[in-house]
Amino acid sequence: MNGPPLLSVRDLSVHFHIGGSWLSRQPAAMLKAVDGVSFDLAPGETLGLVGESGCGKSTLGRAVLRLLPNIHGRVVWLGEDLAKLDEEAMRRKRREMQIVFQDPLAALDPRMTVGEIIAEPLRTFRPELSAAESKAKVQAMMAGVGLLPQQINRYPHEFSGGQCQRIGIARAMINEPKLVICDEPVSALDVSIQAQIVNLLMDLQRQYGMSMIFISHNLSVVRHVAHRIMVLYLGRVAEIADRDQLYRNPRHPYTQALISAVPIPDPELERAKAHLILKGDLPSPLDPPSGCAFRTRCPKATPLCAELRPELTPLELGHRVACHHWDK
Amino acid sequence: MNGVGLAVEPGETVGIVGESGSGKSQVFLAVMGLLAANGRAAGSIKFQGEEILGRPARELNRIRGARMSMIFQDPMTSLNPYLTIERQLTEVLVTHRAMSLRAARAAAIDMLERVQIPEADRRIGHYPFEFSGGMRQRAMIAMALLCQPELLIADEPTTALDVTVQAQILALMAELKQDERTAMVLITHDLGVVAGLCDRVLVMYAGRIVETGAVGDIFHRPQHPYTAGLLSSMPRLDESVAERLQTIPGQPPNLQRLGPGCAFAERCPGVMDRCRLERPALRPVSPQDGERRMKACHLEAPHLEVP
Repeated sequence: MNGPPLLSVRDLSVHFHIGGSWLSRQPAAMLKAVDGVSFDLAPGETLGLVGESGCGKSTLGRAVLRLLPNIHGRVVWLGEDLAKLDEEAMRRKRREMQIVFQDPLAALDPRMTVGEIIAEPLRTFRPELSAAESKAKVQAMMAGVGLLPQQINRYPHEFSGGQCQRIGIARAMINEPKLVICDEPVSALDVSIQAQIVNLLMDLQRQYGMSMIFISHNLSVVRHVAHRIMVLYLGRVAEIADRDQLYRNPRHPYTQALISAVPIPDPELERAKAHLILKGDLPSPLDPPSGCAFRTRCPKATPLCAELRPELTPLELGHRVACHHWDK
Repeated sequence: MNGVGLAVEPGETVGIVGESGSGKSQVFLAVMGLLAANGRAAGSIKFQGEEILGRPARELNRIRGARMSMIFQDPMTSLNPYLTIERQLTEVLVTHRAMSLRAARAAAIDMLERVQIPEADRRIGHYPFEFSGGMRQRAMIAMALLCQPELLIADEPTTALDVTVQAQILALMAELKQDERTAMVLITHDLGVVAGLCDRVLVMYAGRIVETGAVGDIFHRPQHPYTAGLLSSMPRLDESVAERLQTIPGQPPNLQRLGPGCAFAERCPGVMDRCRLERPALRPVSPQDGERRMKACHLEAPHLEVP
């Protein structure tokens, strides 16, 4: 992955203000859903975002597309700072950035036909296309994602979960975007369907060359899809590395625990392997621990971890880790 | 679901694997007498040699919760949001063991400690919403274990949990299996979870059992093309990354429109004419295996090596 990045994110934070109405007795609080995240994304590259619920991975995906208020930090798209664009200019940019959601049926308007759903981005961004041109494009895209073009007049409820996800992917791809954010695209699907959708996304990437941000809690799927992987914990980057580097040589105790927690579908290997079991639960993101957010569950925690927040430290070849004790 | 037969031995852990709609939960809702009002179970369900299918709720209640309990995927919908954890846990002991409230409370705190709820004597006074997802699932497991049941049925017990919390709950269940010799049924779509815990596995597809066997046989020598397909379509951390994932083509069938043949025929790589006409019966893989190793497939000796 050479050349200038498609997307360059610097010190991105997303804050939500919570409570503080005259009805609630709780004081207003600030939730830092994403806290100081930086990364680059090269054209054609897939970045995996992993972490547990509440770690900010979906918020980060939406913040990159500026779909949320209260975003701080810089998001640079092909050299252009997105925060400096007015609404209309940002709207035009969105043609190049699309998103695929977790719940495939909920993401589709039940009163629109499949053809209307997939054509909607065309109507918005390419109104000059004639009805016939638009229909031809929709049918070609349907075939490209493994749907039958003659199903163009059907409604979403007539399709299974896997097919609905294909419709969502067709809608995202119809304008040939440069970036597709996939937010848990296979988590709601049956195991036998997950592999179909993963293969489809990777085939589309080979064909169209788009970059992807692939958000998932499933570490096996992310390893298959992503070139590089970023591990988030309570809104901050714990570790970022190339795929093989991260799985072969995880440096952050949280990454190590995540990888160790994935059950291997082999009875002998699974029972023989050492399981690194973390203590306790994820702390509340409203009241994160001082210093390193992971220290309350970390087997390596020392008093230093409570006092000083570890910065992301570069190791080798783009591998960076935020841990005081990564080398111990 | 249709014509499902299975037996769980004391101290044994049986995994039930299948996709959504395969009927894996319905089997055990029927066992517990908890089918929806429009569901009807026919056949026979025996618990310790005694027929329990069709018994009135009053009689079932002497077994349910005491000698046989069930935990569900979503602990928030199974715990009563209006009652404290204490009230919900002690109720089990007061009802089934005729304990005093005081003794029941002590026993409940004991059990919460065993499932590693921190500060159990304080947390027992909390409401379910004050617990995290992992703690709610622990509280559910504690409730299910209070009367030391002979059979514990766990329906997707870790599916709603984060991976690191799932690892905690699985470790807890492995301990139970070791220490208490509780017979367990683990219903899940996750083959990795089955590999870690189960002695025997049943694979279900479209409401029927398609394969049964010891855990090693199922994972290393699958006999049904569906089992083999499931195993090879999962990306695995213990293998190098492949260019493409293996897939099972097509979609799971609509249960209301099942034909006369094998429900898997349309997606099967080894399909024959016969498969579309005649439903394969569940039969022993080889005569010496008997009922411990069965498959419902017309293929004689499929070579379904998992790569």
